[in-house]
Amino acid sequence: MSRLSQSQGVEQEIDKQLKRAYEDIANQELPSRFTELLDRLRSQQSGNATSEPAHDK
Amino acid sequence: MTNDPRDEIVEHLGSMRAFAMSLTRNSALADDMVQDALEKAWTNIEKFQPGTNMRAWLFTILRNTYYSHHRKRRREVEDKDGDMSAGLAQKPDHDGRLQMRDFSQAFGTLPEEQREALVLVGAGGFSYEEAAETCGVAIGTIKSRVNRGRARLAELMDVSEESPMEVTEVVTQGIVTVNQSIA
Repeated sequence: MSRLSQSQGVEQEIDKQLKRAYEDIANQELPSRFTELLDRLRSQQSGNATSEPAHDK
Repeated sequence: MTNDPRDEIVEHLGSMRAFAMSLTRNSALADDMVQDALEKAWTNIEKFQPGTNMRAWLFTILRNTYYSHHRKRRREVEDKDGDMSAGLAQKPDHDGRLQMRDFSQAFGTLPEEQREALVLVGAGGFSYEEAAETCGVAIGTIKSRVNRGRARLAELMDVSEESPMEVTEVVTQGIVTVNQSIA
């Protein structure tokens, strides 16, 4: 086997393992801290939107 | 259908956590970084240009958040003589190779810039161009970092066609294991 093809095989193997680990984490359910934060940000966003007309005065 | 780009941010949170964990190697710190980046992105959404790459934009914010934090920490605990770094270097066992269980140490010994390049391109599916944009460097620099990272990992793990790596839970642990010198 040529050194080049062996090297490519090793690269693919490393990438496969990295990808597997990455996807394992990426596909985890989001911790509640993030859903709570999103709720807070959305709430602030809607609050800002409703209060903006006050600047028209 | 909505045109608010904020809705798209949520779709990338999982990937952001994976990227953050590969940088920090500490799950609690990684989530702190993601939370900080999420708040920044949300409140600065007007700086995002619709039609451009949302994921690259978010990862750039996350990366900047991490390095800002990291620089601050490094000033607080300066590793003047490189003792911590040296301590991370994994010694080969009696037959001169690192075992699969040592993927964590092998990955952890890579310089940050190689880790992030490897994770973005090798795991995250970023093109070299996207990774270069995210890291603020030239495409050739990203290619070089990826190649050097792969080569170093292969060397440390002594993987070859004849002795391929095995898929184990340890591999996952290797990406997220706490690295006290960085965290």
